[in-house]
Amino acid sequence: MAEAPAWQDQLYDMLREFKVTQFSYVPDAGHRTLINRSIADPDVHSVSLTTEEEGVALQAGAHLGGARSVLLMQSSGVGNCVNFFSLIRHGRFPFLTLVSMRGDFGEANPWQLAMGQSTQPVLEAAGITCLRAERKDEVLDVTRAGCTMAYQSEAAVAVLLTQKLLGAKSFSTE
Amino acid sequence: MSMKPTLSTAPAKAVEAGLLERRAAVKGILGDTKDMLIVTGLAGSKDDALAAAGDVPTLFTLSGAMGAAAAMGLGLALAQPKKRVVVVTGDGELLMNVGTLATIGVMNPPNLSILCVDNARYGETGWQESHTGRGVDIAKMAEGGGIKQVRTVTKETEIADASKMLRGSNGTSFILLKVAPTEPGKLHRDRDASYNKTRFRVAVLGKN
Repeated sequence: MAEAPAWQDQLYDMLREFKVTQFSYVPDAGHRTLINRSIADPDVHSVSLTTEEEGVALQAGAHLGGARSVLLMQSSGVGNCVNFFSLIRHGRFPFLTLVSMRGDFGEANPWQLAMGQSTQPVLEAAGITCLRAERKDEVLDVTRAGCTMAYQSEAAVAVLLTQKLLGAKSFSTE
Repeated sequence: MSMKPTLSTAPAKAVEAGLLERRAAVKGILGDTKDMLIVTGLAGSKDDALAAAGDVPTLFTLSGAMGAAAAMGLGLALAQPKKRVVVVTGDGELLMNVGTLATIGVMNPPNLSILCVDNARYGETGWQESHTGRGVDIAKMAEGGGIKQVRTVTKETEIADASKMLRGSNGTSFILLKVAPTEPGKLHRDRDASYNKTRFRVAVLGKN
């Protein structure tokens, strides 16, 4: 595995500045720095989920108890969450998810295309504001905006970490 | 032909001898709910919790997002480690996201308890038989999910011990409460989740 870029560590530090204490995820290469930092950090809960929708409910429960939570998922996980988004929307719960995109810029696995291309329309149909980060020099600003909107304005926000930013997973070119 | 469910279209009119009545049993297991934070499933289990605790602000009731109750309870239990958090849900609601038992099992918060009221029916949709009426054992799923303290309650005499376990602090506990498939009556509660969220937070945090 290549060395993770510095912005991923800075992203973790930012989430901690916003006092996020619950990191939930289904393991994902795009989020590995955040996941690993949450495991190593004694002051946060690192919650490995069996399906991403649990992370939506977890976040609502955390808010009931006055804690901040973030859901780290791949775009395919967004499809698993849809009905639980009704809890966020109807209950006007704050919600933040960082979504590592598949199936967009330069995707080589055709199985990823359908959900990848549905991700943003599905999130928006569920009432979740999408902020896209395409470049390293904007990812921290975009995520900070998402944190502010979710944790201070109690909005529902998805930060989409695109394949332009993360790079597409490579497969054999044959 | 594969095995079909038993055709069931209505609740039982009376509690069959040897079975537990759900309202009394839930009340018996929860006991004094004054210091509890409760998250419920939908329909029947929501009404059981409401009957036991009253329409208090420290009760968050679902009327949708089926399958969310246990994971909500986990988020709440991690956020409020000094409070007893109890999830009161039904067999159908829990089966919809049964993987959450594994997520909870590995986290094992000592202040979280799950009470699954198992009537082996989908009462809200026409009393269709659920998987638990056909041999599926959610208590074994909870054990398999890594929850250490699991017990099944089928008799009156088992309620006091289960109630004690629910309040214990040796790790997450799970109680499968097998009850008769009766319909003890629906109770009114405001279904506005935003309102219920806000009053829950004010009660727990002193502010929204």
